[in-house]
Parts: sequence; structure tokens; C-alpha cells
Amino acid sequence: MRYLMLVCVDEDVEPNADPGPWIDEMEGRGVRRTGNRLRPVRDSTTVRLRGGEVLVADGPFAETKEQIGGFDILECADLDEAIEVASKHPAAAFGTLELRPFWEG
Amino acid sequence: MRARDAVAAAFREERVKVLATLIHLTGDWELAEECVQDAFEAALVRWSDDGVPRRPGAWLTTTARNRALDRLRRGSVEAAKLREVAEVPGAEDDGWGDDRLRLVFTCCHPALPLDARVALTLRTVAGLTTEEIARAFLTPTATMAQRLFRAKRKIREAAIPYRVPPPDLLPERLTGVLGVVYLLFNEGYSGRRELAEEAIRLGRLLEQLMPTETEVRGLLALMLLHHARVDARTDSAGDLVPLEEQDRARWHRGLIDQGVRFLTGTTTPYQLQAAIAACHATAATAEDTNWRRIAVLYEELASLMPSPFIELNRAVAVAMAEGPEAGLALVDALDSTGTLDGYHLLPATRADLLRRLRRWAEAAAAYEQALSLAPTEPERRYLRRRIAEVRG
Repeated sequence: MRYLMLVCVDEDVEPNADPGPWIDEMEGRGVRRTGNRLRPVRDSTTVRLRGGEVLVADGPFAETKEQIGGFDILECADLDEAIEVASKHPAAAFGTLELRPFWEG
Repeated sequence: MRARDAVAAAFREERVKVLATLIHLTGDWELAEECVQDAFEAALVRWSDDGVPRRPGAWLTTTARNRALDRLRRGSVEAAKLREVAEVPGAEDDGWGDDRLRLVFTCCHPALPLDARVALTLRTVAGLTTEEIARAFLTPTATMAQRLFRAKRKIREAAIPYRVPPPDLLPERLTGVLGVVYLLFNEGYSGRRELAEEAIRLGRLLEQLMPTETEVRGLLALMLLHHARVDARTDSAGDLVPLEEQDRARWHRGLIDQGVRFLTGTTTPYQLQAAIAACHATAATAEDTNWRRIAVLYEELASLMPSPFIELNRAVAVAMAEGPEAGLALVDALDSTGTLDGYHLLPATRADLLRRLRRWAEAAAAYEQALSLAPTEPERRYLRRRIAEVRG
């Protein structure tokens, strides 16, 4: 079962949390396929097509305190394993991790 | 008629087991439910023609499984899945005996919303119909059906495992399961009696499936001891009767005895609450209640799970053990923290203590305050009666 794990954090908080050991562990176990950290939302651009017109704007669509700061693609036996893997991510201690199953396994 | 009775009995005793096995075999909750339903309908016909089978549960499981195989074949499911379903159930016993526990733990998985956990447990484990659950929660049937559908879809699409959690997860997940059962019981406690009875049935099932888990026994004891008073708790008009005024002859001795038997210690929160309920339930008269012990039990409970509600109850026990002034001091201290602002039982408790101190005017004011906050009509009626008393 594949899950997209969204790492949502408050960008104004700069905690000292190196995901390196977590990445090593989860790649070693074969559950983390890929992932990356994202540039802050100040460098984000939204694109919409409305009435044939491309609307480009600065920043993310929604204004919430926690933003997607990174993502990982996990290959797990089931949701319980994904929860266990997510709970060990350093951002779990100060941010929120969202597990979204892939539409097709 | 005998076949009909046998089917009804099998529905009561075997349905969960058959359903749990079918979900395990097919991994498809909707299909499993439909096939189990079909098997019971087939039993109605076949058992009256051919006689009741020696092992009704096995007959129902086989029939439901064959039905599932048929439907999967017609739906062109791959051969591997068909072989899996065709396997004799029970081959992979993981030490938990049967599939019913898997069903309970999956229904109560924390990734499901709480209302869905409750509904799904009632639907699959307790066997209530969607209409019955909707009625019990005063929700339209369509809303309840949607809630159940979404929960089952999430179990499938997010791959919530169908299993009893491994030892490292078991304590927290068991707490979650017991939380669902207790929530159900409390829904029943506030009037819908059938829900309280379902909660007790679930508690008995869990006790039977996990006889070594202290918290399971603690919760079952707690529910039995509370439910023993169900007939004495309200009068004929539906008004609440305070504990000290209840007719103890109407308490169910059998339930009290069972509750006390399941109470095998006072180390966990449910056990402590059950021990408090046992102090009340085993007192011959209200005057015989061992309030000192109750106050101590509340103190232990508050140290395990600090809560202003527990502090309020401790204040009542202290008032009964040492006098209303001692209780009032604790209530006033609690009042000054503001943590129970808006909770009607705080002014109601203050009012009762002031009444016992014959401080009538203050008592009336506190009862008025409680009246403005009380959420249910029976509670408001009780408070109005008290107001009339202290003013008279």
C-alpha cells in the first residue's frame, strides 16, 4: 500500500530537527521510496484556469498556519505501519503528518 | 416454528462470529455483510425443510462463504483471492481464538472518526440495523448509512488492517475500544436504555475474548454496577431520583453481584470508578454508604486522571464523610479555578451543600444558576423542585 506523507509544519518555527536518521532508517527498512523538503510558501505559485484564462498568483491558496513543508512516499503493509513510520518522523513532535493513500495502490 | 427459533438463536449467538470470519476471508465488508444476511435467510428455509444442523455456526459460515465465492467468481476475481476465500476458516489462529476481536479492533481504529467507530461497532459487532442506530442517535437513517459507508470505504482504501494490534500497540488501542463501549454506555445512561444494554453485551464479549485484561473487567464491572440501578434512577414521570432517595429494592441484585465479581482490583481508572459504584450499590441504606472510602477512591482516581469533574465528585464525598462545610470549601476552590464554568452540576452541588447548611437564600441562588445551565428537562424539573423547597 502506497501513501503520500505530507509533512505540515509552521514555517515560522525553525526547530532543530534533522530528518536524516529517519530517512536512513526508513529507506533501510524499504518503506520510504522517495521524498523531499519544499521551499517555503513565499516561493510558491498557484495556477488556475478559469474561463479559458490562466490565473497566476503568488503564494498558496489557503492561509493556514501549518504549510506543507515536505513529502515522502511510503510503501507500507497497511495503515498501522504507515502510522508507526510517520510517528517516528522528527516533525511529528511539532507539526502534523498527513497520510494519504494513493488512488491506485 | 422450531427452525425459526433456532435461526433467531443462531443470529444472537453466531452472527458476529460468522460475519467476522467472512470479513477476514473476503476483506470486503459490504460483501461479507450481504453474504451473512443471505446465509441467515437461507437458514430460515433450509432448517425447516432439512432440520437444524448440529453446528449452526459452521453451517452459516459455510453457506455465507459459498455465497461469497459465487459472487466473487461472477465478478471475475483473480484465482488467488478465490483460493483464499475457499480456505477453511480458523486455519490461521494467531492466539486470539477467533475473528471477533479483529472485528472489534478494526471498528474502533483511531483513524476512523469517533461517531463512525461507535456506529460501525453497533452495526457489525452488536448487529443493530442502520435504522436502529439512526434512531438511537436521533440521526436521519440516510446520514447514518452514509457514515457507515464512509467508514467501511476508509477501512478498505486507507488499508486499515483487520487484526488484533500487536503487544506494543495493544494497550492504547484497547483503551480506544473501551472508550467506544463506555461512550455507548453513557449514551444509554442518559435515557436510551437499549444502548446501555448493548454496551454491556459488548463488554461481556470483550471480557470473554480477553479474560486477562484488567481494564476490560473494570469497565464491565462499572457498567453492571451502574446499570443495576437503572429502574430506580427515574420515577414514573421520568424525573431523576437522587441516589439517596432511590428505592434500593428496585436495584438489580444479580447485576450488582456480577459487577462486584468482575471488580478484581483498584489500580486502573475503570476499576476505581467501579469500586466507587460498588460502595453505593452494596450499601443497605443511603446512611450506610462508606463515604470515607469513596472520597479516598476519588482521590486516587484524580491522581491517575486529573479532572475537575472528579474533583467535584470528591467534594461531594468529602461533604458526606466530613460534613457540608468541608465539601463546600472544595467546591468553592474548584469554582474559583473557572474550569467548570457553564457546567450545571457545579452550582447544583453548591446549592445542595448550602441547603444542608440551611443557607436558604444562597442555596436558592445557586439552584437558579444551575437551572439556567441544565441541559435536560428532567434535570430542570428536579432543580425547580429544589428551588420550591428552599424557598418554602
